[in-house]
Amino acid sequence: MTTEISAATDAGDADTATKDPSGPAAAPGRRAPRRARPDTAGERRLSWRARLRRDRSLLLMALPGVALLVVFAYVPMLGNVIAWQDYSPYVGILDSPFVGWWNFERVFTNPQFLHAVGNTLAITAFQLVFYFPIPIALALLLNSVVTPAIRTTIQSIVYLPHFFSWVLVVTIFQQIFGGAGLLNRVLAEHGYTGFDLMTNPDTFLLLITMQSVWKDAGWGIIIFLAALSTVDPALHEAAAMDGAGRMRRTWHITLPALRPTIILLLILRLGDALTVGFEQLILQRGAVGAEASEVIDTFVYYQGVVYGDWSFAAAAGLVKGLVSLALVLGANKLAHVFGEAGVYKKS
Amino acid sequence: MSITNDTGQGPLSHPDAVPFPAPPTAAPRRRRRRSPHRAAWEGTPHPLAQTGKGLSLLLIVLVVLFPLYTVVLTSFSTQADINRSGGMVVVPGEFTTAAYQQILSGGIVTRAAMVSILVTTVGTVLSTTVSILAAYGLSRPSSLWHRPILFVFLITMFFGAGMIPTYLLVSNLGLIDSYWALILPGAVSAFNVLILRNFFMGIDASITDAARIDGAGDWRIMAQIVAPMSKAAIAVVALFYGVGYFNAFFNAMLYINDNTKWPLQLVLRSYVLQGVTLPGSGTGQVDVATGAVTGLPVKMAIMVLAVVPILVVYPFVQRHFTKGVIFGAIKG
Repeated sequence: MTTEISAATDAGDADTATKDPSGPAAAPGRRAPRRARPDTAGERRLSWRARLRRDRSLLLMALPGVALLVVFAYVPMLGNVIAWQDYSPYVGILDSPFVGWWNFERVFTNPQFLHAVGNTLAITAFQLVFYFPIPIALALLLNSVVTPAIRTTIQSIVYLPHFFSWVLVVTIFQQIFGGAGLLNRVLAEHGYTGFDLMTNPDTFLLLITMQSVWKDAGWGIIIFLAALSTVDPALHEAAAMDGAGRMRRTWHITLPALRPTIILLLILRLGDALTVGFEQLILQRGAVGAEASEVIDTFVYYQGVVYGDWSFAAAAGLVKGLVSLALVLGANKLAHVFGEAGVYKKS
Repeated sequence: MSITNDTGQGPLSHPDAVPFPAPPTAAPRRRRRRSPHRAAWEGTPHPLAQTGKGLSLLLIVLVVLFPLYTVVLTSFSTQADINRSGGMVVVPGEFTTAAYQQILSGGIVTRAAMVSILVTTVGTVLSTTVSILAAYGLSRPSSLWHRPILFVFLITMFFGAGMIPTYLLVSNLGLIDSYWALILPGAVSAFNVLILRNFFMGIDASITDAARIDGAGDWRIMAQIVAPMSKAAIAVVALFYGVGYFNAFFNAMLYINDNTKWPLQLVLRSYVLQGVTLPGSGTGQVDVATGAVTGLPVKMAIMVLAVVPILVVYPFVQRHFTKGVIFGAIKG
């Protein structure tokens, strides 16, 4: 994995610049191909001391970022050791007794945890079907708008909700779909019985998907629009000359151009299958109840921070982290099998 | 497709940013309403399809904008207008800024807004600076230890330590109830560092080499050449960090127990979403008869307050999205 990632990241630029003549890099006269640095050839001959002297400013620059990550990302990774302990904050991490795999056994036999896993997977699956295609459709729609002014205006508008907080989005939905909300008022005025979408566990999946669509589907199109912009207009022109209509051109030219991006996003989503809108869900857990809204992350939060069963919660969180890691690596492998670029190169 | 609609300054414009080249001989002017942006070979879509497209786009725009419209309108409405409409106001009535005067005249909301702005400002400056430095430090593939250091960043994108150990660390560092707890744990995002790094690596090496021959060191090259050339990417990354700090509520929920130190989003959650009574402001009483919460303009005004900073910054940064984001995300 080490070599794969670093090699891919380094090669990323050169690859796209040479292999992909239609890519952004090939825009006429915008970007000269990156030259090899003159000193690369003599690289190996320099001792590491000499290289240290040469690169000390670069290392110094990376230091603050590395230090922050070490303290706030890597030290907590080690802190996961409490998953094997019977941790008590009063005793401390050094003196808490080790209990082997006890916490993990509790996690895997805990019906609430299994229920949370089920909810998480249900949300992921539901959104894969009802959320994922929307940005693609939107991008195709927007891409067919030919007047630049209209297109850029619509883009700026649909990107906007992505930058709102979840608190704001949920509050807006409450004001519109809640029991005393706008929709219910209008329904009541016309003699229909209202409903409270915000507190109904049965429609919760629908509600959170609507919220996700409103907030993020617009932003989601940006990556597809970028992929669409790399399509050579000559392809469309040639197809049109050969008598292909709009539908056929979309099917045979536009959608294949989106394929790598769609696969990339599917992989990313698969890797994130166990992570479903934590802030969004914890905001609404009180209103709809844990039965419908408990997911792995909220389970960890409640067991640990609220109920104080630190070791148990850490074990649940660690299981989630490790399974997620395996999912990302597996999905990436799968992409390579299907001949797609996968994630590492992209990130 | 570039948002700015510029036909290509900078290295990143897509071929499509240039309108389709006009055919050598001008298209015959048989169709009167042919769009000047459509190439001759494309033909004109069926009018019905055009109408359908227009209507769906209009609908999409309305779905995004209508909620904002009614929130802003309600925040400027009088209680009488709200009583008449029974809640959120859709038809403009009398205009008043009473709600804003109430929340901005000191008290918990004003303080929360100050906290949010402070945390966002300090956090964004810190995160952006650290990320620019790290991105530049990692942007030369031949440099010493560059791979292992890059790896330190990459790993955090694939495996997170988890909420509980992070909470225990912050708590053991004594940062509970400190604003640093809202800044430091998420101060560096490997993703943003990679966006910047890719942008920096796209800068033509002959420029930096020339500076180096003229005697400039790495610090100077970064500060005077690379950073100024990367304004678009830096603006987008700063926006990402800033929005992240401003919108976060959960970390404050975890780390800030003292509610006089709450940021705006947490105040919004408690007093607007959950309907806790706002102390000392006489709002939020529940009208027993209707179940409707009075003081609605105040609540909506808090919402507006929680979105205005984003609306102020957004227009200046959004035109860089294609350049900055896509460059990092697609090409990575």
